[in-house]
Amino acid sequence: MATVHLPRSLVTLFAEPPPRRLQLDATDLADLIGQLDGRWPGMRDRVCEPGPQLREHINVFVDGRRQRDLKWPLEAASEVHIIPAVAGG
Amino acid sequence: MNGQIELLVGTKKGAFILEADADRRSWQLRGPFCETWPIHDLSRGSEGTLYAGGGSEWYGPAVWRSHDGGATWAPSSEGLTYGDDEPKITTVWSVTPVNGTVYAGVEPAGLFRSEDGGTTWRHVAGLREHPSCPEWQPGNGGLCLHSIVAHPTDEQRMWVGISAVGTFETADGGRTWATRNRGVRADFMPGPPPEFGQCVHKLGLHSADPETLYQQNHCGVYRSDDGGRQWTDITPGLPSQFGFPLVVHPHDPATIYVIPLNGDDRGRHMIDGSAAVWRSRDRGQSWQRLTSGLPQQGAYLGVLREAMTVDPLEPAGIYFGTSTGQVFASADEGENWTLAADYLPPIWSLEAAVVER
Repeated sequence: MATVHLPRSLVTLFAEPPPRRLQLDATDLADLIGQLDGRWPGMRDRVCEPGPQLREHINVFVDGRRQRDLKWPLEAASEVHIIPAVAGG
Repeated sequence: MNGQIELLVGTKKGAFILEADADRRSWQLRGPFCETWPIHDLSRGSEGTLYAGGGSEWYGPAVWRSHDGGATWAPSSEGLTYGDDEPKITTVWSVTPVNGTVYAGVEPAGLFRSEDGGTTWRHVAGLREHPSCPEWQPGNGGLCLHSIVAHPTDEQRMWVGISAVGTFETADGGRTWATRNRGVRADFMPGPPPEFGQCVHKLGLHSADPETLYQQNHCGVYRSDDGGRQWTDITPGLPSQFGFPLVVHPHDPATIYVIPLNGDDRGRHMIDGSAAVWRSRDRGQSWQRLTSGLPQQGAYLGVLREAMTVDPLEPAGIYFGTSTGQVFASADEGENWTLAADYLPPIWSLEAAVVER
């Protein structure tokens, strides 16, 4: 199962916060985000915008490489980091 | 009154709540809330739910709700979209409960409604179906729908204000909308005033006189006596035509408050660094400058469109928040002012409510 790392600023948006690190059996990034949204409704809206596509200032790294394609495939050993970009003021 | 006055404060760095007894002398601060998201507007529904509208640089737009007086908050943006191939909504500018329905104004300009207390949202598509929509252009503050004014008795009627576009009215529950800008100048456009494109900054209405509307505009202060069909310039007597907020007295439809700033191209702060609120008690025919207790030297304060409010007590309380984090309060209709809070993040909105204990 892929291992997903979630940022503090994302998990605190939910009344029953997800763990910062969890494992999911997902085929690609869209599937992974969909599963997160199923367990924590609203998660997709926080990470993705209409398109659908990743929000501009949300970075997703798969095995250390930044990916923007929601169809990017995941493997059992994949490490997925969702990290807010440096933004704001 | 066995209760408290609550000031809901929206800032660039989260929401706060200021609370005081009915004497409104000593204020206690709670917050920040909403995970320090930028919050453009807050309101209290009749059932006690608190709503906060805003948008995160990272996580997008949402309306936050609190069912426990602000102790805990949860965001939702389900349905808050124009669709996958349409413009992306960046933030929520206004959140207004009306008789069990909650309305949200967003950027780019549009109107949404929620029938389940802000959990899910539905686009009031008729507004963006107005033929002028493809020509709407953002002003300096963006293309934001900031004012939502419901008719107090006719549920089919509502007015909205869109920055750099103007005022619209619906008389059929949001299915169709008409421009309501006749008589309002647009000094930043050549030729005679257009049908739309006027830069309304804030709309105001009193429930006891719902055909009388007021607006602070980029180009003056105006009153309409016929539900917005024709506007009259009531700027004469004010030191500047430029300002952002306008509020109507809670018990007197003829009394309004504005905060003139020194001009759209001169810094947009208090004139000569001297803080003042201006009041008219005769529907804008004459104006009084109110300064007692406000800083009169070196106070280059800015006050944005949502950042002035009134409470419903007798005498009414008037409040404004500044872009430099001060909240000024008057418990006597603007005659005397005190500093209720300082050192807050830049204040974007204030909303007052009585909370029974």
